[in-house]
Amino acid sequence: MAPIISIEDLWKAYAQGFEALKGINLVINKGEIFALLGPNGAGKTTLISIVCGIVTPTSGTVTVGGHDIIKDYRAAREMIGLVPQELTADMFETVWGTVSFSRGLFGKWPNPAHIEKVLKDLSLWDKKDSKLITLSGGMKRRVLIAKALAHEPTVLFLDEPTAGVDVELRKEMWQVVRNLRDSGVTIILTTHYIHEAEDMADRIGVINKGELILVEDKDELMHKLGKKQLTLQLHETLDNIPPELNGHHLTLANGGSELIYTYDSQGPRTGITHLLTDLGQAGIRFKDLDTTQSSLEDIFVDLVRRDR
Amino acid sequence: MNLPAIIAIYKFEMARWGRTFLQSLVSPVIATSLYFVVFGAAIGSRISEIEGVPYGAFIVPGLIMLTLLTQSVANASFGIYFPRFTGTIYEHLSAPISPVEIVTGYVGAAATKSIIIGLIILGTATLFVPLKIDHPMWMVGFLVLTAVTFSLLGFVIGIWADGFEQLQLVPLLIITPLTFLGGTFYSINVLPPIWQKISLINPVVYLVSGFRWSFYGTADVSVEVSLAMIALFLVICLGLVWWIFKTGYRLKS
Repeated sequence: MAPIISIEDLWKAYAQGFEALKGINLVINKGEIFALLGPNGAGKTTLISIVCGIVTPTSGTVTVGGHDIIKDYRAAREMIGLVPQELTADMFETVWGTVSFSRGLFGKWPNPAHIEKVLKDLSLWDKKDSKLITLSGGMKRRVLIAKALAHEPTVLFLDEPTAGVDVELRKEMWQVVRNLRDSGVTIILTTHYIHEAEDMADRIGVINKGELILVEDKDELMHKLGKKQLTLQLHETLDNIPPELNGHHLTLANGGSELIYTYDSQGPRTGITHLLTDLGQAGIRFKDLDTTQSSLEDIFVDLVRRDR
Repeated sequence: MNLPAIIAIYKFEMARWGRTFLQSLVSPVIATSLYFVVFGAAIGSRISEIEGVPYGAFIVPGLIMLTLLTQSVANASFGIYFPRFTGTIYEHLSAPISPVEIVTGYVGAAATKSIIIGLIILGTATLFVPLKIDHPMWMVGFLVLTAVTFSLLGFVIGIWADGFEQLQLVPLLIITPLTFLGGTFYSINVLPPIWQKISLINPVVYLVSGFRWSFYGTADVSVEVSLAMIALFLVICLGLVWWIFKTGYRLKS
């Protein structure tokens, strides 16, 4: 895939001396959904804000669609839509008014048909004449997305778009994001709901203390860092693992009533058949078994902890 | 040139004005009408003519200037402060729009509003006092220049202000006293010589004097000096706005 955003050696130090970004290098590919994960204060919003022109970088270069965000800011910004983290809105303006305003601000002449489509896609059409102050938090969040889409951007930044949004609405919003991706829009999102990144993203970036500690294809990441565990619930509890099973690196859990075997599911041999044969020979019977795979959340927590 | 953005900001600001129609338009008209009733009809009839102009008519240019200054500053400062206050300024900062375009939208709308109010007050005045305008083109010129200049000042105040209190501070503590002491209700020629000299450091004296000259052909200072002073003030305000966008003062971190 062709790159659409290219970030090179990007640094940001605030006046107080705090270094929010320390030499970020990142390429976002056209048409992908890229999830940026990181703990609070890691630099996610600073990174997004620099690309969008809200924060001035200390050094480094960023191009969007080949346009430098500072020297050629008009061409770069025309391509970008931003949904900010905070629920900021012109409270006394109507939904239609504020979304139309955004389109104009980004240099596009009025196009009521496009605004109508955006509002309908986001289930906001029946609220088009309502003032923002009368809308719920979830509705306001959707209005912010509508504002970001009003000028038909090719790159969309979603800074924690589902914070404070109920489950139903969250699902609807992700469907909107998928539809956008299908229409060719590149999406960069940050989220605290890691399972959303797991569901949605093509690639994952993990940022911590201003440094990108990992950028990886999601499936590969899950494959590389994801572990699988087989849990056997035993008929009779064990005090120790019998010596003849030592080669399997088992652990006892739940007061000796469970045996846990960790393996690589993608490896040439999982070792499960061998283990079950050995268990039978050792006379250990089990009443149930269960397998679990480590989630992106486990991987993320592990990565950030390692980085400390 | 991002023309759609300038129009979007301009229309947005004018629509905001429409929503607060009573406060924005009716209240200055009522307040000024009360000035005419009190100073023009009630007290004015007991005051002799000033430089050949009946007192009620004499104060009209000053009153229009008073409203023009306060409205320009209030409209422009609130216009840009509100997005900063609500946080929607992120959209302006991330849009493909240049500082000149942002200023044109906000200052253009603020100046339009105050010019409309100024003209309405002028219309209202004709109901109370006999008016003549000797130099209509100059009158319009002074009106537009002053509205634009003080809308720029309002824009600067709206960027500088860190709260609603600060937003009110400059208009209340500086603009209003300067206007009242700037010859709105009197000719500075009636002051003792020392106070005449002190008055000349008040920029509003030049605005009121020039504007009044365009009505009645009489002025406290020459019309060229008035024009030069407005131009100077305009350049200072433009310089401040240029500096704000160059440094990102109170806009960008």
